[in-house]
Parts: sequence; structure tokens; C-alpha cells
Amino acid sequence: MKKLLAGSAIALVAATGAAYAGGHATSACLITKTDTNPFFVKMREGATAAAEELGINLLTFAGRVDGDHETQVAAIETCIAEGASGILLTASDTSSIVSAVTEAREAGLVVIALDTPLSPIDAADATFATDNFLAGELIGAWAAASLGDAAADAKIAMLDLAVSQPTVGVLRDQGFLTGFGIDVGDVTRWGDETDPRIIGNEVTAGNEEGGRTAMEALLAVDPDINVVYTINEPAAAGAYEALKSVGRENDVLIVSVDGGCPGIQNVADGVIGATSQQYPLRMAALGIEAIAAYAADGTLPQPTEGKDFFDTGVALVTDKPVEGIESIDTAEGTELCWG
Amino acid sequence: MSPQDNYESALEGASQQVASFEDERKGAVARFQSLLHRFPAAVSLIVLLVAIPVFGLLIDREPLMYSLGMVDLEDISNSRYRFFSLRTLSFILDQVMIVGIVGAAQALVILTAGIDLSVGAIMVFSSVIMGQFTFRYGLPVEVSVVAGLAVGALCGFINGFLVARIKLPPFIVTLGMWQIVLATNFLYSANETIRSQDIASEASLLQVFGKAAFTIGGDAEGRGGANFTVGVLFMILLVIGLAYALRNTAWGRHVYAVGDDPEAAELSGVNVKGTLISVYVMSGLICAFAGWALIGRIGSVSPTSGQLANIDSITAVVIGGISLFGGRGSILGMIFGAFIVGVFTMGLRLLGADAQWTYLLIGVLIIAAVAVDQWIRKVSS
Repeated sequence: MKKLLAGSAIALVAATGAAYAGGHATSACLITKTDTNPFFVKMREGATAAAEELGINLLTFAGRVDGDHETQVAAIETCIAEGASGILLTASDTSSIVSAVTEAREAGLVVIALDTPLSPIDAADATFATDNFLAGELIGAWAAASLGDAAADAKIAMLDLAVSQPTVGVLRDQGFLTGFGIDVGDVTRWGDETDPRIIGNEVTAGNEEGGRTAMEALLAVDPDINVVYTINEPAAAGAYEALKSVGRENDVLIVSVDGGCPGIQNVADGVIGATSQQYPLRMAALGIEAIAAYAADGTLPQPTEGKDFFDTGVALVTDKPVEGIESIDTAEGTELCWG
Repeated sequence: MSPQDNYESALEGASQQVASFEDERKGAVARFQSLLHRFPAAVSLIVLLVAIPVFGLLIDREPLMYSLGMVDLEDISNSRYRFFSLRTLSFILDQVMIVGIVGAAQALVILTAGIDLSVGAIMVFSSVIMGQFTFRYGLPVEVSVVAGLAVGALCGFINGFLVARIKLPPFIVTLGMWQIVLATNFLYSANETIRSQDIASEASLLQVFGKAAFTIGGDAEGRGGANFTVGVLFMILLVIGLAYALRNTAWGRHVYAVGDDPEAAELSGVNVKGTLISVYVMSGLICAFAGWALIGRIGSVSPTSGQLANIDSITAVVIGGISLFGGRGSILGMIFGAFIVGVFTMGLRLLGADAQWTYLLIGVLIIAAVAVDQWIRKVSS
């Protein structure tokens, strides 16, 4: 009953809010997982710049920590009440947020998922994201090509994100294995592969500390690991420290995904062999443009052909290019990097 | 003196025994209970000493059998020791290092019947201060380190002041401090990571805790051997030093007295407020050292590290048999508790178990440890 009341109160506010906003400038909301991660900071920069250019009033919200679902729900409700035309959302909890998103869409807002697809993906009007599977595939193919014949008996450590297997982590992991030429079994899960070249999967929480601990655990399993896949560049930096502590930092190939500035610098310094760079600034700017188009004439953004989301692009960054795989060098990567 | 005046004579028929705390029950269980009461670290030490051979047998069964000549090389799939290896030992030591140092801070506070939820945040913030002062303001690295340590001690002092002087509950004070310090950490650092390579080339003092103090085994370059890092050595010396101070100095006895019964301590002339504040300052300072050690461990200065250090340190303290009600327990128990978590984590990973099993088992250990604590307390009641 309480919920129902709250719901109708919100609907009421939404209706009046929308009417009120009618005579005013278009407004849009950006809701990110946190406002401390450089990735989301860059996203906000992109959205702010695009909003200023188009004369849109931008409201930004963020959870306190990654996984702070309640704050995001409250933010969506605020946006409905505000009478915004649309919401750009990187969801912390991709399935639980759906009911709030549906409420917003029913109130006439366009909801665009940025970076993280909702589950199901069509719960949002559109998804603007990096093709994380392709990002993984690029580094996998690069690693295999760099090793040449040695790829056949590589010993691979897989440093993943979290035990709960969030989609972004699964896509990068499975993309890497596919690119490397390893049968992935069930493509929606990591860890079910039977290829003996995989020494093991460990989770890192995507930071240096987790990366180091995970790498140590796998080195205890097999000290001869020579290829390390990492979910992101901080985890890669942690793995490198573990390898350095056993004197193996120079004969192991580390690959990663993200394209943050410290990560690109690590590629230039030879800590990371190659990384796939994604573009949060472009993601957010395109999102704001889509909301402006929707506010003007109701046009909904269309997905990239052949995919169920709008691909905002990914590039392989390495100073050791291999034939047949398109890549950019670290100088170019540094110009495009975030964080 | 007439017999009527000799009131003492009335005592002649009564029991002459003086009231005593001797345990009358002599059963094996009762004696064990009384032993644990005197040496609260014993439980965690026993668990640790049982866990090591059990994991060893489970993980290294094949190489062990091979070494004993029970099987031939061709009958087994693996002749390499994975658990009983120098490298695994040094990994476990390294992984325990941060929890061990922060746990020492936590143990001090818990001995005074308090709790410190802000330890992890103070640790990370101190490491960020050390890094940013060096790289943002270009201060000499020694100055930055001292500044980081001072900030840690200051945070501890604020905690201690609020607990001892303003009489706020430690849980609430440190809950608030945790949020304040963490938010300050993110605002101040803008969540920027300082790369390991930059630190190594310009301010390698920050990474000193990660350097090998000495190496056992391995080849000329130390490969394949066990590294004992400066941080691990620091942790061990810190714990031994604190154990000595708690047992043999007036300050240490006051810490126990304040934790056991602050009013009784006050009446016996202990400066309760001063002792409490000193404990929180010490805790903050130790956390700042942990922040320095953290840079050594992960190489870089990362504001997102150490998010679970408060929970991990409480876990080590509780498994180590230190009573959450204060006044009883040994800091050595804390370090055994930290090693139990380290050995279980590594052992279960080497067994290929899902990481969740580690958390499940540690959860069981926590509850079991508190249950044992309650049972031991019956000796004194």
C-alpha cells in the first residue's frame, strides 16, 4: 500500500513536472555508478560539454559506491519528477533497476543505457556502449599473433572482475578467449572452459590489490604462466607487481581492456602488452545528442547494424602492432585516453 | 583478655579456607577451558597448526607420496609441491601483511572494548597523502611520508577525543570517521591512481615496504625463492613490540584495565581518558604505516584500495580470540587469526574451490570463535 501510494505520488509529480517542463528548456539526466571513477568523470565531462552546446539543462547523479542501487532508483524518480526528456544511465544493478526504468519510460522519458546494458537489454530505449566482446577479441587475437607458434602451448591466467560474473566481465573474458582461439563453451559464463592452456580464473574486483592477490594465487598453481588476461588496467598493474616479486615481469604477456591514461602509459612502458581502449566521452556526448533529438521530434536512437546496441567504438592500443590486426600506438592512445 | 572478649574464638569452628578462584573441577574439558582462559591465543594457534597440514595433505598428496617413495613418477600427474613451497609461503605472508598491520591497530582498540571501523579508510587516505604530497606538490618524499603518518595519527586522535572526552560510542564515532575520511580521500585524490613505475623512478621510498628484506632459496636473482619483504618484517616486529608493551608496561596493563572495567580502572588511579586517546592515536598511526605498506604491496597509490580492511581486521581479531567485550585477548592471537584467513584463502584457491567457499568458512570461523570466547568467559563468572 505504501509503495502504491509512493508510486502514485511520483506519477502525479511526474505528470505535473512534465507539463511544467513543457514551456522550458529541455533537460536531461546522467546517472552513473559512482562519481569518483575516472571513467564516469570523463562521461560527465562529455555529457556536460554536449549539453552546453545544445542548450540542454543537465542534471547529474551518482551512487555512492559501485553497487549502490537505491541511490540510482531515487535519482530516476527525481528525473521523472523534474520532467526531464531523457536519462542516460550506467546501472549498478542491471536487472533490479528495470522497474524504475520502465516507470520512467511510461512517464514519457527516453532511457539510454550507457556502457552497461540492462538485463534484458531492451528494457532501455537504447544502449550506447563499447563492444566489450570485440574489445576482448582484439587483445586475444593480438596475444595469439604475438606469441606465434608458442600460442599452442601458452599458459594463460584469467584475471576476471567478480564472482557474480557481471556481463561486462564475461564479454571481455569470452572475447579474449575467442580471439586467442580457445573454445569458450557457454559464452554467457567464464570458467567453464576445458582447454588445458587456461591455468585458472581468479577475481580481482578490478583494482591493483585484487589484481596482485589473484595473480599470486595463479602463480602458486602454476609458476610458468606466460599470458595474463586482465579485466582492466588497474588489475593489470597489480598482476605486474606480483610477477615482479617473483622476477618474471619480463617474460609474461599482459593484456587488458579500458584505455585509461595510466593504463596507456603502462602500455608505453611495456608493463601491459596491449589494451583495448573505450570512449566514455563519446558515449555520453552521443547520448545527450540522442536525448535532444528525441525532445525535438520524438526520434528514438537506432542500434548499430547487426548489434543490439549502438557501438561507440573500441581501438587496440599497442606499440608492438601485429599484421592483420588494426591498432593505434600509445601516442594516439594518450590523446584519446580518459582518467 | 576474658574469653567473652575474644571474638576471634568464634572463628575456631568455622572453615579456615580463604576465598579462592581455584578451579575445583578437574575434568579434561575444564582444564582445557582454564588453559584457554589463560592463553586466549591458543585456539587460533591450534586451528592454524591443524589447517596447515590438512591443506598440505589435500593439495600436495601426490608429491608427498612421491617424496616418500610410495608411488612412481609415472603414476602421478604432478610431482611439484604447490602448498608446501617457499613461493606459496611468501605469497601468504605478503597477503597477510596489510591485514596483520591493520589488525594490530584494531586489536588495540578492541582491547579497550571499542571498535574502529575507520582503519581501512585512514590507511588508504594516508597512502594517498604520501603519494599526492610527493607528486602533486613536489615535496621531498620523506616529508610526504611524515605528513601521511601525521594525518593518520590525527584521525586517530579525533576518534579518541570523541570517544574519551565527549563520551560518544566508538562504533558511531568510527562509523562517521570512516565515511568522512573515505569521502575526503576521493575528493582530494579525484580518484587518480599514481602509477607504480612513476613511484619507482621518483619516490622509491614509498615502495620500501614491498622490497625484499631477505630471500630464502631460489637462484642468484632470487627467482623461485621466498621473499620476506620489509613490510612482512615490519608486521612481525610491530606485533612482537605491541605484545611486549601490552604485557610488560604500565601503559599496556592500563589498556587491559580500561577494557575490562573502566570504572574500576578509574578508581584504581588509571588515567582512563588519556589511555583511550593514546590507544586511538596509536591505532591511527599504525593504520598510516599500513598505508605506507600498502603502496609497497600494490606498487601504486590507488584511492580505491583497502575498502574491506576494516572488516578483514575485525575478522582477524575475532578469530584470534580477542574478546569484543574488551580487556581480554592477545595481540598474537590476532596475527594467528590473520594467518588462518590467509592459509584458508590460499589453500582453498589451490584446491580449486569457488572463492565463495572461503567466505563461507571464514564466516563459520568467526561465529565459532565468538562462541568459544563466551564459553571461556564462564571460567571467570
